[in-house]
Amino acid sequence: MGMGAETRKLIAKRASEEIGPLMMVNLGIGIPTLVADYLPRSLGVMLHTENGILGMGGSPEVGEEDGNLSNAGGYPVSIIPGASFFDSAEAFGMVRRGYLDITILGALEVSGRGDIANWIVPGKRVPGMGGAIDLAQKAKKVIVLMSHTTKDGKPKILKECSLPLTVKEGANMIITERAVMKIENGCLKLIEIMPGYTVEEVIDSTEAELEIELVRRH
Amino acid sequence: MRTSKHCKLPDLGILKDNMTIMCGGFGGVGSPPTLIEWILESGIKDITLICNDAGFPWIGPGKLVTEKRVKRLIASHIGSNPEAGKQMHSGDLEVTFYPQGTLAEKIRAGGMGLGGILVDVGLGTSIEEGKEKAIVNGKEYMIEPALQADLAIVSCKKADGYGNLIYDQSARNTNPLVASAGNITVAEAEEIVDIGELNPEEIITQGVFIDYVVQSKGVDWKWVWELKRES
Repeated sequence: MGMGAETRKLIAKRASEEIGPLMMVNLGIGIPTLVADYLPRSLGVMLHTENGILGMGGSPEVGEEDGNLSNAGGYPVSIIPGASFFDSAEAFGMVRRGYLDITILGALEVSGRGDIANWIVPGKRVPGMGGAIDLAQKAKKVIVLMSHTTKDGKPKILKECSLPLTVKEGANMIITERAVMKIENGCLKLIEIMPGYTVEEVIDSTEAELEIELVRRH
Repeated sequence: MRTSKHCKLPDLGILKDNMTIMCGGFGGVGSPPTLIEWILESGIKDITLICNDAGFPWIGPGKLVTEKRVKRLIASHIGSNPEAGKQMHSGDLEVTFYPQGTLAEKIRAGGMGLGGILVDVGLGTSIEEGKEKAIVNGKEYMIEPALQADLAIVSCKKADGYGNLIYDQSARNTNPLVASAGNITVAEAEEIVDIGELNPEEIITQGVFIDYVVQSKGVDWKWVWELKRES
């Protein structure tokens, strides 16, 4: 992604503002994982993992790790008071049933209508979808955190995704190092500009049509 | 007459080339190390392996892939096992992907004696290509057939001689589902206790699903986070 640690933190912090009290939230790998650092315990948020934890806590101290207590990526985690364990079928049952308030994930491409592509680059990288399709299709709100452009500076927010889709019209919000955008009724709207960027720079680096409804400059 | 399911290891005769093996675990966490080693040592090949993911090349069911014992893999993710990706691209390994929740439910359906499930996750994506559909209550679903296996292997924290199992934290993951979906199921336990010692309220998998209980020798691999710390 080529983004510095501070930029990644800024994106994660902005995403955390979307999370309200008692919400059930799933955080994907990469920048989404950092969102947990900005959630005060008093908010009563329950972080969900695909392998079967509701109420995931932060990373344990070195030496305190438990091989049988990990997130979906296999890394050691802790639990918070009120947490529970269950099998993977139940983990996705609560997602399909519509109880997941927010899923925050990374993406390779997003279209202006909210199509997300993040699980396969045919012929190149075929890791499998894991839980991405379940989460992106069933969460009440889908927030994409990613770099605004590819390493070569090409737009990732496109008129149409070129890669196979994870979900059709699933994304509600995109947060990048350049801007915050929301997708409403199939329209992509620029609502915030991140520090160091101009509206023109955001428009120039976005292929999809952007409506400008600025409410905040960071 | 066997009055306890506890044994050193099951009869090797149950392992055969071309068999379908379902393995519990998620990223290797909760996968049964002693039983995976038992299968490796048996020398069987051309396995159809069903598991959540391909683990890591040296962790969990990933070892069976690395040792080229698997001809077909049914999973949701292989990203943490580059060996699986390499074999898939070279044509040596056939991989079928399902969304994680769909795969879990297909296994559960197999374990619960159902023919399959109706699911809409993946509609509007390439997942729906070639899938049989059904309209129920005015909504469109894909028909996903249930999955069963010749042999299911799971790991757990405690087992009793009847095969009742309890699990440990997030190592439960796919194990209870896999445990019920095998025609023969072997459970590997960190601790084997006398019948009556497990609290009936806390038993997750009922012994009726389990054919053999084996003492675990413990995890014989290093986790990624351990290796990272060492380097």
